[in-house]
Amino acid sequence: MRKYNEIIMKYVFMISAMTSILAVVLICFFLFVNGIPAIKEIGIFDFLLGTKWAPTDIPATYGIFPMIIGSIYITVGAGIIGVPIGILTAVFLAKNCPKIIYKYIRPAIDLLAGIPSVVYGFFGMVTIVPFIRNYIGGNGSSILSASIVLGIMILPTMITVSESAIRAVPEELYEGAIALGASHERSLYAVVLPAAKSGILAAIILSIGRAIGETMAVIMVAGNQAILRNPSEVLKGVRTLTANIVLEMGYAAELHREVLIASGVVLFIFILIINLLFSAINNKEKE
Amino acid sequence: MRKKPKDLFFSINMWLSTGITLCILLFIIGHVFVNGIAYIKPSLFEFTYNSENVSLLPALITTLFTVVLALLLAVPFGVFTAIYLTEYAKRGSKLIKVVRITTETLSGIPSIVYGLFGLLFFVTYLKWGYSLIAGSCTLAIMILPVIIRTTEESLKAVPDSYREGAFALGAGRLRTVFKIILPSAMPGILAGIIVSVGRCVGETAALIYTAGTATKIPKSIFESGRTLSIHMWALSSEGLYTGQAYATAIILLVVVIAINALSRFLSRKLTRGEQ
Repeated sequence: MRKYNEIIMKYVFMISAMTSILAVVLICFFLFVNGIPAIKEIGIFDFLLGTKWAPTDIPATYGIFPMIIGSIYITVGAGIIGVPIGILTAVFLAKNCPKIIYKYIRPAIDLLAGIPSVVYGFFGMVTIVPFIRNYIGGNGSSILSASIVLGIMILPTMITVSESAIRAVPEELYEGAIALGASHERSLYAVVLPAAKSGILAAIILSIGRAIGETMAVIMVAGNQAILRNPSEVLKGVRTLTANIVLEMGYAAELHREVLIASGVVLFIFILIINLLFSAINNKEKE
Repeated sequence: MRKKPKDLFFSINMWLSTGITLCILLFIIGHVFVNGIAYIKPSLFEFTYNSENVSLLPALITTLFTVVLALLLAVPFGVFTAIYLTEYAKRGSKLIKVVRITTETLSGIPSIVYGLFGLLFFVTYLKWGYSLIAGSCTLAIMILPVIIRTTEESLKAVPDSYREGAFALGAGRLRTVFKIILPSAMPGILAGIIVSVGRCVGETAALIYTAGTATKIPKSIFESGRTLSIHMWALSSEGLYTGQAYATAIILLVVVIAINALSRFLSRKLTRGEQ
């Protein structure tokens, strides 16, 4: 009787283990089946590289290039703001921080990771957007504001992943540098940081994934104009792929709806590529 | 000894970055509390929402239902998966590899893509409409990788001598898992569950087109309802109720802070248990 239970439960556990596989298969299947026909109908080049997004025009045009570029601008902007601050904070936490202070900083960074994206978006909307409108120019909802908000949002990922990469660097390297007469700081930036390079790269890639996929915070601060911008127009509004889906899914029908799903597919493929890069770097590090 | 300029520059930037990070956190929390505290009043906690009281209680209750439902769906599957991976599967088996790849993929997918999938599968294909159950199922898939990973880690942290001891006393594998391993891994598993609660509470993009934005407390799991995060998004995008949005942000922050404290407490308990 007991043996019977053992066998049943073994299969219960095994089938449970399949749920995550099933989930990925279902997600891929439903996204692709609903999205691919639209891409075919519009033509992959007109869809990906078309610079005009006008779903309500007659005839409608569905080019998502402005949104792809918008996502890239904001992600790069977030990286410019978040990556250096993140790496330097990580070095501080791993190598410089007195234990007593660390006890308080670590939970603070975990908390930063836990704050919901709507709260970040709202915070950006009521503080950063008016600040830029009043002191820098434009109407505030802009590439710059979105980059700042996203830059803040990727900080915890950046810090946590880089910190563990820096901690994984063998202590001998640091001690060797000190023994050769390098100062504490020099040992850090000339020896420890380069040794943690691949882990820090993994942190950057992970953060890029976060930034590209972020939706709500971006909608609230980016202005959401589906217009192709030059890199110099950082004070003007822009729309990302994610924002486009949320903004228009509510009323979209037929081809328009399918196009939005197709842009979800594009986003999904972006993320898959980023994930592959991330695990490739991680595996390389393990070797 | 005076520092070289390059060293000094690096050192200053390091302190500065850490300072900026902390100041941002303090500023966000401070700003929200200072501006919102005046709007926390009894009318915010009335049972029905209308445009006069802009009550957040229905959203709070909906959040509770949604989170509990998502956990009921995700926790058994997640914990069982982890049990299979650590206690049953052979090391290096194909299934382990595939499961690992899929959980990694799942944890990287942005929430809006989950939202789209939920809309296509649960709402449209299964014809559930905008409903609590559609939202919770979407969330359940989203938190599955978190639960699997944390449970796996805490199961692995259980010393092998426990297993050997149980086997030596004649316990079967199943009995060992449920009576010995799970109880000693419990704090870690709970910490993982609490982290996923945090993700559910903060989630918006995955829920807008699955659970919907209805303002009433749903009477059944097949009705639509808005969680606190969606409520906050709706308030701030309408632009009419900024004060109430601040108040909602306070509630959200309080929940998040409590969740973080709890998971810290649990993981500290786990590490102390090891010593």
